[in-house]
Amino acid sequence: MKILYFAWVREKVGRAEEVREPPASVATVGDLIAWLKTQGPEYENAFAQAQVIRAAIDRAHVKHDAAIAGAKEVAFFPPVTGG
Amino acid sequence: MAVRVQEADFDVAAEVRALTAGRTDVGAVVTFTGLVRGGAQGDGVRDMTLEHYPGMTEDELARVEAEAQARFPLQASLIVHRVGTLRPGDNIVLVIAASRHRAAAFQAAEFLMDYLKTRAPFWKKERSADGSGQWVDARESDAAAEARWKSAPGR
Repeated sequence: MKILYFAWVREKVGRAEEVREPPASVATVGDLIAWLKTQGPEYENAFAQAQVIRAAIDRAHVKHDAAIAGAKEVAFFPPVTGG
Repeated sequence: MAVRVQEADFDVAAEVRALTAGRTDVGAVVTFTGLVRGGAQGDGVRDMTLEHYPGMTEDELARVEAEAQARFPLQASLIVHRVGTLRPGDNIVLVIAASRHRAAAFQAAEFLMDYLKTRAPFWKKERSADGSGQWVDARESDAAAEARWKSAPGR
């Protein structure tokens, strides 16, 4: 699946997007965050306060308990500040 | 009904004219324009850069607009949001709500802004006069402004 990062999450991870195939045990957005945190210090740092990170699956907002099965695109970002 | 994300500035009067041209069913037009604020002391912010999530931004703004449509008797609406680097005093966002009567137009414009602020995937990074960058934090008051519509669904 494609994983996108925005704003300070992007800066901390050090990339805007990447393609990853997490193991089958990764079922939810929260699982994906926990798995990413094992992928290097930059991920551990970006997701250190996981509860503040917002997520979207295929361009729609979701909560951390949302299932990622079938997702083409998962995005992580801070709370939005437009307007 | 339309949403646009663009780097270019917008002309409020021209947008209102375009939205209402040739119509006789609109009795009330409310516009809201958001501008880039300078620092609290009148200095501080040199400029800000607006990042967004291309594709999701347009989808989310369309969902916000559809939600306003479902709640209020709107004849027409428009959301324009700028991205890229903006300076204090520049326009950032335009919301227009057009209805037969003013109450719906006023409420829908406020609803559109409250929902947009907490849902549309934009992020602001301010640059200070000394060149240092700072991501703007989300405000608790914006979440509270959105939440109050849950108990007051409109119509």
